[in-house]
Amino acid sequence: MVEKYSFGIDPIPYHAWNNNKQQIAVTPNNQEIRIYQQERNVNDWTLRDILNKHDLRVTGIDWAPKTNRIVTCSEDRDAYVWKQGSDKKWTPTQVLLRINRAATCVKWSPDENKFAAGSGARIISVCYFEQANDWWVSKHIKKPIKSTVNSIDWHPNNVLLAAGCCDFKVKIFSGFIKEIEENFPITAWGNKGNTLGNVLCEFTNSPYIGGWIHCVSFSNDGNRLCWVAHDSSISVADVSHGSPVVFKLRTDTLPFLSCLWINHNAIVAAGHGCCPMLYSVDANNQIRLVCKLDRSQKKEGSGLSAMRKFQSLDRQAKIDNDTMLETIHQNSIKSIQIYSSINSTATKLSTTGLDGQLVIWNLNVNVY
Amino acid sequence: MAKNTSSTAFRKIDVDQYNEDNFKVDETMESLTPSSFPDEAEIISLISLGKSDEALINALKNAPFSTKNPQIKEKALRLTLKVLLSIKPSQIEEIVSRLDVEQIDTLMKYIYKGFEIPSDGSSAHLLVWHEKAFAVGGLGCIIRVLTDNKRV
Repeated sequence: MVEKYSFGIDPIPYHAWNNNKQQIAVTPNNQEIRIYQQERNVNDWTLRDILNKHDLRVTGIDWAPKTNRIVTCSEDRDAYVWKQGSDKKWTPTQVLLRINRAATCVKWSPDENKFAAGSGARIISVCYFEQANDWWVSKHIKKPIKSTVNSIDWHPNNVLLAAGCCDFKVKIFSGFIKEIEENFPITAWGNKGNTLGNVLCEFTNSPYIGGWIHCVSFSNDGNRLCWVAHDSSISVADVSHGSPVVFKLRTDTLPFLSCLWINHNAIVAAGHGCCPMLYSVDANNQIRLVCKLDRSQKKEGSGLSAMRKFQSLDRQAKIDNDTMLETIHQNSIKSIQIYSSINSTATKLSTTGLDGQLVIWNLNVNVY
Repeated sequence: MAKNTSSTAFRKIDVDQYNEDNFKVDETMESLTPSSFPDEAEIISLISLGKSDEALINALKNAPFSTKNPQIKEKALRLTLKVLLSIKPSQIEEIVSRLDVEQIDTLMKYIYKGFEIPSDGSSAHLLVWHEKAFAVGGLGCIIRVLTDNKRV
C-alpha cells in the first residue's frame, strides 16, 4: 500500500518532517518553504505557514525532531534557523555561512547542537550557536575539497561528517567543534578527529574516476557508509571489521539521487529511474537488489494497437498519446526520508520528486 | 556601452585557467592502474582460429584506459572493432551473456566509439551489438559510457 499526495505541479526537491510526522516542510522549487499539516480525517493537507525569507531557490531543509527547529539553506548563500514561538509563528535567524557560491545541502547533527551546510564554494560550513553573542557561528572545512559538495551526512556520534562531492570523492571529516564539545569519541573510521576538518577517510567512486556523488548516508550504528553516484552505482564502505572495505555495485538503472539506510543491512535508493529500489548488504558487504518498492504496472491495454489508435482518432479527433510512466512517481525522485520506524528499522518511507508528488511507502519488513 | 559584434572567439577562451584553484583530476589515481593494451598478434590469431569470443574478451580486458597516448587508443579501437564486426549477428547474444558487468561497460564504450567512425555496414552491425549489450547492461551501462573519465 502506498499513499500519494500532490502539492501542485511544481517540483518538490526537498522535504522534511516534524517529530510526530503531522507536519511537513517542502519547498516548491523556489525561495519559499511551505509547512503543511496533515488532516487525517479528510485525507488532505492544510497550509500552515509559508516561510519566505530566502532570496533564491531553497536547496536544503532539515527539521530537528527534538528541538523543533528548521534549518534551511539556499542559492542566496545564506542559511536560516527557524524557531517556533508560543504563537506558533516561525521566526528566522540568519546564519552567515561565509561562502561565495550557492549552498547545496544542510543537515542538523544528531544532537541538534550544530549543523553543517555544503556549498558550491568547495566548503562545508559547520555552524554552532554561541550563547555569549546570541549568534550562529560558522566554521569552515575547506582544504582537500576540490569541487561542489553535493551531499553531507552526520555520523550518529555527532562528530564525524561524510561528504559526497563533484570531484568523484567521498570523504569523512571531523566536525568537532572544540568550543562546544569536550572529547572526541573513538570510532573505527580513525582517531584524527579532534580537529575540525581533519580527513579521516577518503574513497574514490570508481577506478575509472567517473561519476560525481549524489548522496551519502551513514548507517544507524555508524559503521557503514553508503553512497550513490552518477555512474548508476551504489557503494558501501564498512569498518565493522577493522580497516574500511568498499564494495560497489554497478546497476542497470538510471543514476540514483538519494539513498538511505532503513536498517543495518538494507538500503533504499531512488533517483532518475523514478522507482525506489531496495538493496540488501550482507555480512561480506555484497550489495544485492532485493526488489523494487514500486510494484505498480502499466494500465491494461495501453499498448499500441492500430484499432485503438483509429478509435481514438474517431472519437476525440486526436491521437491518444500516453506519456505516463509505469511508476507512481512521474519524474526523478530527489529525496527520501524515514516516515516511521520500529527498533531502528524503517517501516514507512516518504519520497518527493520533480513531479510534485509526495509518496509514502510501506516497507514489508519480512523482505529483508 | 559594449559593442555588439558577431565575433564568437571570446567563447573559446578557457576562463578556468585563470582560476588558481580550479579542479584537476587527481594524477595519482591515473598512475595507480597500470597501462595495458591488447596484443594485436594474439587477437588476430584468435580470430583466424574462429575463436572470436575469446578474442573479444581479451580485447575488452586489456582496453587501454589509463594511457594518454592517442595512437595506442586508436589502435586498440580499430582492433576491437575488427573483432566486433567479425562476429556474426547470430552469435552476439551468446557471447554477450558470457561477459561480466565490467566487460559489458567496456563493450558499450567501444560500440559508441564505433558509431563515431562508421565504415561500410558497420553501424548496422554495431546496432545489433548495442541491442544485446543493452539487454544485459540496461540504462546503467549507457550512463557509464557518458560519465566515465577513462575513455577507450
